Amino acid sequence: MIAAAASHAVRRPWVARVGVVVLLLCFWEIAARWWVDPMFLSPPSRVIASLPAVFETRGVPAALRVTFWELAVAFALSVAIGLAIGLAVGLQPFVRKSFMPIILLLYGTPQVTILPLFILYFGIGPASKIAFGVSHGFFPIVMTVVAGVQNIKPILLTSARAMGANRWQILRHVVFPHMIPSFFAGMRLAMTGVLLGVLLAELYVSTAGIGHFTTLFTQNFDPTRLLGLIAVLAAMAILLNETVRRAELHFSRWHSE
Amino acid sequence: MTPTGDRSEARFASRAVQVTFLIALLVLWYLATTRWRVSPLLLPNPVVVLRDFWSILTTGEFIGDLRVTLTELVSAFGIAASSGLLVGYLISRSQYRIQVFEPLFAGIYSVPIILFLPLYVLLFGLGPASKIALGVTISFFPIALNTIAGFGYVERTLVTAARSMGASDLQLFRYVLLPAALPIILTGMRMGFTVALLSIIGSETIASLAGLGHRIVYLAEGMEMAPMFAYIVFVVAIAAILNTLVSTLASRGRRR
Repeated sequence: MIAAAASHAVRRPWVARVGVVVLLLCFWEIAARWWVDPMFLSPPSRVIASLPAVFETRGVPAALRVTFWELAVAFALSVAIGLAIGLAVGLQPFVRKSFMPIILLLYGTPQVTILPLFILYFGIGPASKIAFGVSHGFFPIVMTVVAGVQNIKPILLTSARAMGANRWQILRHVVFPHMIPSFFAGMRLAMTGVLLGVLLAELYVSTAGIGHFTTLFTQNFDPTRLLGLIAVLAAMAILLNETVRRAELHFSRWHSE
Repeated sequence: MTPTGDRSEARFASRAVQVTFLIALLVLWYLATTRWRVSPLLLPNPVVVLRDFWSILTTGEFIGDLRVTLTELVSAFGIAASSGLLVGYLISRSQYRIQVFEPLFAGIYSVPIILFLPLYVLLFGLGPASKIALGVTISFFPIALNTIAGFGYVERTLVTAARSMGASDLQLFRYVLLPAALPIILTGMRMGFTVALLSIIGSETIASLAGLGHRIVYLAEGMEMAPMFAYIVFVVAIAAILNTLVSTLASRGRRR
């Protein structure tokens, strides 16, 4: 009876998925307790128990706040700049054909190579993190805005113009509604990019953000608090990604109907 | 004027705009450093950068760093590709396993894996091992996810038809599953390669002892701006060559 119920439960994918995660955590726990030097890795139970201690470490709450602000500002700037450039480039076919190859070329280059330049120009404070985050975040927005504008059926524009719509009315009532699904897909990619850019810059050099503490914990051989901090940051990243993904689902619904 | 003539004229015009834009950028850069007295500590003279770039190429001083970076890249991508393909294939063989593992992998993939870098530095040290580990972790997921997507969603009718015509396991794999899945898998491999390259140069920038990323940081900390710009140009060129190579291979494999 119990065995039958158990086998029935295992047949559900999410039960098995939780099982896999638990198994991995058990393996990690055992490895960290008996095989690996505690200087380098600590078991998950101890990491979870130390989460309050991470938050009590002087400066960590402030550092998390700083990093969160950097992410938020970088994302907002990415969206604004990306939207402006995307519309400027996408609305005129000639401009699009001229400048899209240059934008694609820039998008394809690995921006990490110029990370030291960002530090040099914007200092080691939050400004360089925001700038580097924006440099990763605004390209996907430009791409999707240009693609979204390009996919508008010309007949819609023509008929709007024939009915006497001015430039702003066309933007407001034809271009924007059509752009929304791809624009939100771009926002999701931009959030991934902003997270990568800001965290890369934080890890490279940091005075007030979390990068300062990851370096500190690494150099002090304190894997418990390092893992705690990484877990908190990962949770923050998942939260931000999920927020944008939900927004995408919500706002692109009308289009599929 | 024929429509094709119009089109080629328009293409010529946009090429002209592109070239003008790039030349204007270079001229602005040159004028900024010579006329408008922008400090060479912020922006070196492009002529000096070009000279340094040439001397890097001719003296071959890049070879040591390039070898380190390429070794890390090849090992990371090799491990990620082989394990990603294997794991992806094994998972894709049953709908149940796909339902269990695909959301799990997609969930992990959405976390910025660069966060693990401090942990890897702690575990594997400052040498190549931590970069390889990070590169493997980052590029494993796109490869595995695309392998699952490629093999997992082959049309049932194709498999059933091949089976009913008496195809063996090997024949089924060779003539039905592989051709159907290959385009998606190659896309995954290309994505994996790009992020592996990015993460390896990034982790060399953040904490390392050798490699191209390390060289750029070393020059930046010494405020040697002209050679640093030259190295940035060099690394961007290397990355462009590698990415083009991989996309060409991927699209050639896709066409077959």
